[in-house]
Amino acid sequence: MTLALRRAFPLPSIVGTIPMILVSIGVFVVGIGFSVLWSFTSSKLFPNYDFVGLLQYRRLWATDRWLVAVNNIWIFGFLSIGCNLVFGYLLAVFMDQRIRQEDAFRSIFLYPFAMSLIVTGLVWQWALDPNLGLQSAMRHLGWESFSFAPLVDPQLAIYGLVVAGIWQGSGVTMAILLAGLRGIDQEIWKAAKVDGIPDWRAYLFIGLPMMRGAVATAFVLQCVSVVRVYDLVVAMTGGGPGYSTTMPAVYVIQLITVRQNVGQGMAAATMMLLPILIVIAIGGILLWRRGRKAKAA
Amino acid sequence: MNYRMKLMGMAATAALLAGVTVASAADIEVIHWWTSKGEAAAVAQFAKALDNDGQGDKWVDSAIALGETARATVMQRVLGGDPPEAAQFNPGRQYEELIANGQLLDLTDVATEGKWDEVIRPKQIQSACFLDGHWWCVPVNIHSNYWAWYSKPAFEQAGVAEPKSMEEFVAAAPKLKEAGIIPFAIGGDGNGWQIQLLFQDMVTEGLGIEARNKMYEDKDAAIAGGPEMVQVFKDLRALKSFTDEGYANRNWNDTTNLVITNKAGLQVMGDWARGEFAAAGMTGVKDFGCIIGLNEDKPLVSTDGDIFVFFKQSDPEVEAAQKRLAKLLISPEVQVAFNNAKGSMPVRGDVDMSTADPCMQKALAAVEDPAKIVVATNRYITENTNQAINELIANYFADDSVTAEDAAAKFAEIIELSD
Amino acid sequence: MSAHDTAIDTRAGARAGIEPEGRKPRRISPGRIGIYAFLIMAAVFFLVPLYVMIVTSLKTMPEIRLGLLFNLPKEPTIQPWIDAMVNACTGLDCHGLSPGFWNSVKITVPSVIVSIICASLNGYALTYWPYKGANLLFALLVFGAFVPYQVVIYPLIIGLSWAGLFATLPGIIIIHTIFGMPLLTLLYRNFYASLPVELFKAARVDGAGFWRIFFMIMMPMSVPITIVAVILQVTGIWNDFLFGVVFAGRENWPMTVQLNNIVNSTTGVREYNINMAATILTAAVPLIVYFVSGRWFVRGIAAGAVKG
Repeated sequence: MTLALRRAFPLPSIVGTIPMILVSIGVFVVGIGFSVLWSFTSSKLFPNYDFVGLLQYRRLWATDRWLVAVNNIWIFGFLSIGCNLVFGYLLAVFMDQRIRQEDAFRSIFLYPFAMSLIVTGLVWQWALDPNLGLQSAMRHLGWESFSFAPLVDPQLAIYGLVVAGIWQGSGVTMAILLAGLRGIDQEIWKAAKVDGIPDWRAYLFIGLPMMRGAVATAFVLQCVSVVRVYDLVVAMTGGGPGYSTTMPAVYVIQLITVRQNVGQGMAAATMMLLPILIVIAIGGILLWRRGRKAKAA
Repeated sequence: MNYRMKLMGMAATAALLAGVTVASAADIEVIHWWTSKGEAAAVAQFAKALDNDGQGDKWVDSAIALGETARATVMQRVLGGDPPEAAQFNPGRQYEELIANGQLLDLTDVATEGKWDEVIRPKQIQSACFLDGHWWCVPVNIHSNYWAWYSKPAFEQAGVAEPKSMEEFVAAAPKLKEAGIIPFAIGGDGNGWQIQLLFQDMVTEGLGIEARNKMYEDKDAAIAGGPEMVQVFKDLRALKSFTDEGYANRNWNDTTNLVITNKAGLQVMGDWARGEFAAAGMTGVKDFGCIIGLNEDKPLVSTDGDIFVFFKQSDPEVEAAQKRLAKLLISPEVQVAFNNAKGSMPVRGDVDMSTADPCMQKALAAVEDPAKIVVATNRYITENTNQAINELIANYFADDSVTAEDAAAKFAEIIELSD
Repeated sequence: MSAHDTAIDTRAGARAGIEPEGRKPRRISPGRIGIYAFLIMAAVFFLVPLYVMIVTSLKTMPEIRLGLLFNLPKEPTIQPWIDAMVNACTGLDCHGLSPGFWNSVKITVPSVIVSIICASLNGYALTYWPYKGANLLFALLVFGAFVPYQVVIYPLIIGLSWAGLFATLPGIIIIHTIFGMPLLTLLYRNFYASLPVELFKAARVDGAGFWRIFFMIMMPMSVPITIVAVILQVTGIWNDFLFGVVFAGRENWPMTVQLNNIVNSTTGVREYNINMAATILTAAVPLIVYFVSGRWFVRGIAAGAVKG
């Protein structure tokens, strides 16, 4: 009995993860619990406990700007996660070719990540500005009909954000995937070589499946940065033109801080977390069932 | 050895030191968002006054750029039980809840002693701080949002006379366009606040001060959705046709810069725009022109600007120092020194502002006449409503498929539901 | 074989003598040219904004007002850089970025170390010593990564002020450890899960316990992923403004508070050349960390350990 207990709860493992236990329960469960609670109140500047039922949710879903934000996050998410992963893996594979100046290239691909978006966002805004940036430079060079100014068009502005998002985020994806590639046993590449498998197939069909962990990490990291995207939008478009590039996180943060409407901000945050909760719950159940099957076998 | 012991030791030493020095002196931490060069020079006048008040007080400067960031920090520190001694706000309703929660220091005794109700002018600005018979804050300056700034060379190049009102400007705009100049400069950054500033100016002009105040005060949807408002929206769309496609994300500095470099004709912006002209070495007599109240014949001044609140502290000596600072902020000498550096108007009329530039002189004349005062929009509406209007206006400006009638109807709805 | 590869092999000690692997570098083939062409094109895309920032930072304000973004400065000046470092006003003080530098170091170093130790332990325990409910905790943690910070900031403020740690250095270190934990734990868990499980089993057979295996086997093997973790944490913490300004306390304000004050303004005048210089200067520290730590970023470590 005690042996079984010790196997189910290895003491050093629990001691080693005390911080994790405290953070998961003490911060995220409690913190999110309070947020959900406050979403049912009339909280304005400070959280209060004057409950108003579902009023905040009704108001939220009647707001055009929130609907636009919900719509935007899907477009932005699919494009930016997809592009970042593909581009990041390409970079990682090319970086893995025993190239010269690897340190220099890696730093170039990573530097955007190190810089404050307040200013790099402004630089992107300038670069995509029709009067200052790329468009006017090309026209000065003689290409009169050149037209590329996505940020000023409500229909296209979101694609401008995607470009800057790739610029900012694909370096990190590259670093994670490169770490994954380098965690793969050398013998495997050698074997592939001996079998005469072309490089591109080796990377796609042998390397990629073997570094599932790295890919999953890069993917989750991208998802997190998409869901939480805030600085990029504020720095580049401020949510405009109009409110065409508002994202859920931008909406939440503006309501909580600028608009002093904590109740509705928390309602929006709760709505944001709902789909994520469902995805994680499904993943967890699948994992648990697989674990049970493995044990039964 | 261990951190906590070190900390306790430090605290003990600090307490000891504090006990030995002048008993009544206190450090006053002030959170504000004046971080640019000109603003720093202005706030230095406040700091200097407090540091030299003869009581040994010290101004502890906590500057955090951007009003919304600074305000959020203040609120979070209040929640953490560690509020600063003083903080900057705009005269509006942003600090209502702080008063209701009893978190602000009551300044009524300082105000009575200093006869604030007599010296502070215009009367309309007092209402930002004097609520329910108590004084809760100190107004320190007046910034007016009702200004248009234009490039003299641009109008010269287009061969049209300089405008004296928006009407004249609209008439001249096609000529400017023909001359290859962007007639109307505006920017759509930060949720479109620049567009709303313009819109609010147009609302006051379109409705007149009385009806405008009634609309906001009584949440009068009939006025907000009425024919005058529809016309305001139509005029706004007309102005849009005179701007450039790059307006969408532009900040106000870059917008003013278009006027400075004569690429654009005219911009509507608050009086802080003078700072950009001055930084570019322009004086306001020969290089650029200013139209007060958007119509030289009907000058208007709005009571936007800045105020300071003081947070309740447990230590009575700190409270005494806070009150000393409150008194200093509004004293004639500090008012002159601060406002000359800031480029804003003092909140009292009994001071000498003869060194102010020609644009400011117009405003100083207008501010003495109560009929020319427009109460800041933020006095009537909460930040939540303000941002909802921002959204409506920015979207209307960006999306030509929204009709003026629809926009006015939506505006009426926001006004009716505002709290 | 380049000099730095050998350097790594010596540093790796036991693994000296094992050649870092990969396909043999062929001299000059169309394939190699293609590889470099792709990398250089990508590098150009990445460098354009940096180019704009650098040329802008070397221009005078009148020249910037002309709006010729891509042009080289006509009269280059380094004054903006000096201003950004020591002269620019950030409120009453006009000492540029310099006052906050050591505060940022004071916050970043312990926060990075503590958060990485916590997270690598989590990842290790979750992979090799899972206890009942451990995966549920992990799922909660990952869920927490998706929450915008501002949403949980209120309970944290209340909690820390209750513990007497609000606006202190330990307080801000705790905050960075909390918010770094979800992603770092994920990073380490997935990395450890991809290692050959035989390693762990062999160590168990030899009688090594939880801590011994962690320190003697897992830590040395997780170098590449630790570099990624360092990159993420140094960047995140060094560039953090939101937490620093609230949780660190005024006397510990990091450099980003000054950066924000230089760069942002509501109604003040903007000096773009100084803004650009200040941004590049602030990013210098993470950039140096990237460049230096990258030297340990070589292949062959896992394979070497298995054989060694």
